[in-house]
Amino acid sequence: MDWILVAEQALNGLQFGLMLFLLAAGLTLVFGIMDMINLAHGSLYMVGAYLAAAVMAATGSFLLAIGAALVGTAAFGMLLETTLLRRLYQRDHLSQVLATFALILIINEGVRMIWGAQPVMLNTPAALSGPVELLPGLMYPAYRLLIIGVGLAVAVLLYLLVTRTRWGMWVRAGASNRAMATAMGVNIRWLFTAVFGFGAALCALAGSLLGPLLAVQVGMGESILILAFVVIVIGGIGSIRGALVGALLVGLVDTCSRTLLPALLRQLASPEVASNLGPALASILIYVLMAAVLFWKPQGLFPARG
Amino acid sequence: MRTSLLHHRGAGRWIWPLLALLAALPPLLAAFGLEFYVGVASRILIFAIAASSLNLILGFGGLVSFGHAAFVGLGAYTVGILMDAGVSSAFIAWPAAMLVSGLAAALIGAVSLRTRGVYFIMITLAFAQMFYYLMVSLKAYGGEDGLPLPARWALAGLDLKDDASFYWVALALFAAVTLGLQRLINSPFGWLLQGAKENETRIAAVGGRVFAVQWQAFVLAGAIAGLAGALLANLNGLVTPHLMHWSQSGQLMVMVIIGGAGALWGGALGAAVLLLLEEILSGYTLHWQLALGLALLLVVLFAPRGLAGLWRRRASHG
Repeated sequence: MDWILVAEQALNGLQFGLMLFLLAAGLTLVFGIMDMINLAHGSLYMVGAYLAAAVMAATGSFLLAIGAALVGTAAFGMLLETTLLRRLYQRDHLSQVLATFALILIINEGVRMIWGAQPVMLNTPAALSGPVELLPGLMYPAYRLLIIGVGLAVAVLLYLLVTRTRWGMWVRAGASNRAMATAMGVNIRWLFTAVFGFGAALCALAGSLLGPLLAVQVGMGESILILAFVVIVIGGIGSIRGALVGALLVGLVDTCSRTLLPALLRQLASPEVASNLGPALASILIYVLMAAVLFWKPQGLFPARG
Repeated sequence: MRTSLLHHRGAGRWIWPLLALLAALPPLLAAFGLEFYVGVASRILIFAIAASSLNLILGFGGLVSFGHAAFVGLGAYTVGILMDAGVSSAFIAWPAAMLVSGLAAALIGAVSLRTRGVYFIMITLAFAQMFYYLMVSLKAYGGEDGLPLPARWALAGLDLKDDASFYWVALALFAAVTLGLQRLINSPFGWLLQGAKENETRIAAVGGRVFAVQWQAFVLAGAIAGLAGALLANLNGLVTPHLMHWSQSGQLMVMVIIGGAGALWGGALGAAVLLLLEEILSGYTLHWQLALGLALLLVVLFAPRGLAGLWRRRASHG
C-alpha cells in the first residue's frame, strides 16, 4: 500500500478528530457538570457555520467571518441557556431529550427561514487554497493544515485552561462532584452560563472552519452531533482528556477506514464485493469501536467521576 | 380504584365505545370524502404499536433505548425479503418479522444491559447504526434506495389492497398488543420490571432476577417493534434503510415522552398527537417544524409527565 495515501489519510483523520474535539469538549462539560443531555449542541455548530458564511459573503474577510461566528454563537448559546435550558437542569434526562429535540426543530426551521433551504457557499480563503509539499511527494492542502494547526492550538489551550487555572479547577470540581463544589462556594449558576457560551464558541469555530470543506446546510449539526456523543462516551463523560483521546480515535478510525478499508478489501476479495462491503464496514467501524470500549470499560476510557 | 402504584388500568369502561369509534373510522371518513386519511390512521396505529413497545422498556423499565427503530426496520426488511422471495402470506410474514427482530433484540440486549444510563443510550444507538449501515450497503436489497414490495399480503380471503381492510387489521393488532402489554405490566413480571426501574438493588435483594427480567422485556419490545415494521412495510409498499435511521429512533422516543412514559396509553397517545400535529401543521404552513418544535417545548415545560400524566393528575385530584 502506498505510504503517501496512508500519510494523507492520517492527516485528514487528525484534522477531523481535532474538529470533533471542539464539539465534544463543550458537550462533555455541559454533560459532566450539569448532568444535562443537550441534543441542540449540533445546532450551535450549524449556527456558527451560517454566521461565518453570511459575514464572509458580506465582507470577504475570513478572519472577520470566524470572529463574528464565535461571538455571535456564544451570545446565542448564553441566551438559550439563561432563557430555557436553565429550567431543565433539575428535570430528568427524558425531558431534556424532548426539549432539546424541539430546539433542533426550531433552530433548523429558523435557519431555513433566514437563509433558505439551499446550501450556502463558504469558500476557502484564496491564500490557503493551494497545496503545500510537506515531504518530497506528499502534497497536502494548506487549508487543512491550518485547521490542524488551529485545532491543536485550541486543544492545548483548553487543556491548560482546564488543568492549570482556577476557572478550570471549578469546572473539574463541578464535573466530579457538583454538590460538593457548590458547598465549597463555586457559583455553579454563573459558571455554567460561561461554560455554555464557551462551548458554543468552540462549536462555532468547528463549524466555520469545516464550512468550506463540507456543505453549509440545514441539518448539518445532527450527523456530527452523533459522532460527538460517541466521542464523549468513549472518552468518559465530563473528562476533557477523554474527549481529546476519543475525538482523535474516532477521527482517525472513521477517516482512515473510509479509504484504506476498501483498498485493503480489494486485495483480499473481488472488486465488486470490496466496493459494496468497504463503505459499510467503514461506517460501522466507529460504532464497533464504541461498543467494544463500553464492553471492556463501561465508564469510558477516562471516567471523570470516581 | 388503584390497588397499587404499579397497577395500570386499561381504558376501563371507555374501551368499548373507543374501539367502536376507531373501527367505524373508515366508513365515517369515506362519508365525509376524506378517504385519504384512512392511510394516515393506519400509520398512526402502526406507530402506536411501535411506540407502545418502546414504552414497555423505556417507560416501565426505565431503559432508554435509542435504537428501537432498528427493530422496526428489521421487521420491515424481513417482510420485504420474504416478499422478494415470493412468500406473501401474512401468517408467515408476521411471526418471521417478530422472530428476526426478537433475535436481534436478544443479542443487542445481552450486551447493552451490562451498561446503565447514558452509556446504555449510546450503546443501543451504536447497534442500531450498525444495522442501518448494513442495510445501506446491501445492494441486493436495494441499498440506499430501498426495496419496493411487489404486492400487499394475502390474509385469509381479505384483500389488504383495500385501505379500510388494512386499517382494520392494524387496529386488531394494535388492540391485541395493548391488551397484552396491560396484562404483562400488571403481572408479577411487570412489577419486577417497574420495581427495578425504581431500585435495582432492592429488587435483587428480594430475589428478583433483574437482568433476566429486563432482558426478556427488551426482547419482547424488539419483537413487537418488528411486527410494527412488518405492517409499515406493507402500508408503504417500500422498505428503506431510513426506517432504521437514528432520527426514527428519536421520533419513537419523542412519541413516548409526549404521550407519557410509563402510562399504558402513553405510546399510542404520543404517536397520534405527533403524527396528527405533523399532518395538520404541514397543511397550514411551510414552516411547520417550527410550530411542532414550539408545541413540543410547551409539552416539556407544562406537562412534565407527558399528556397522559396531565390526565392522570387531574383524575387523582378529582
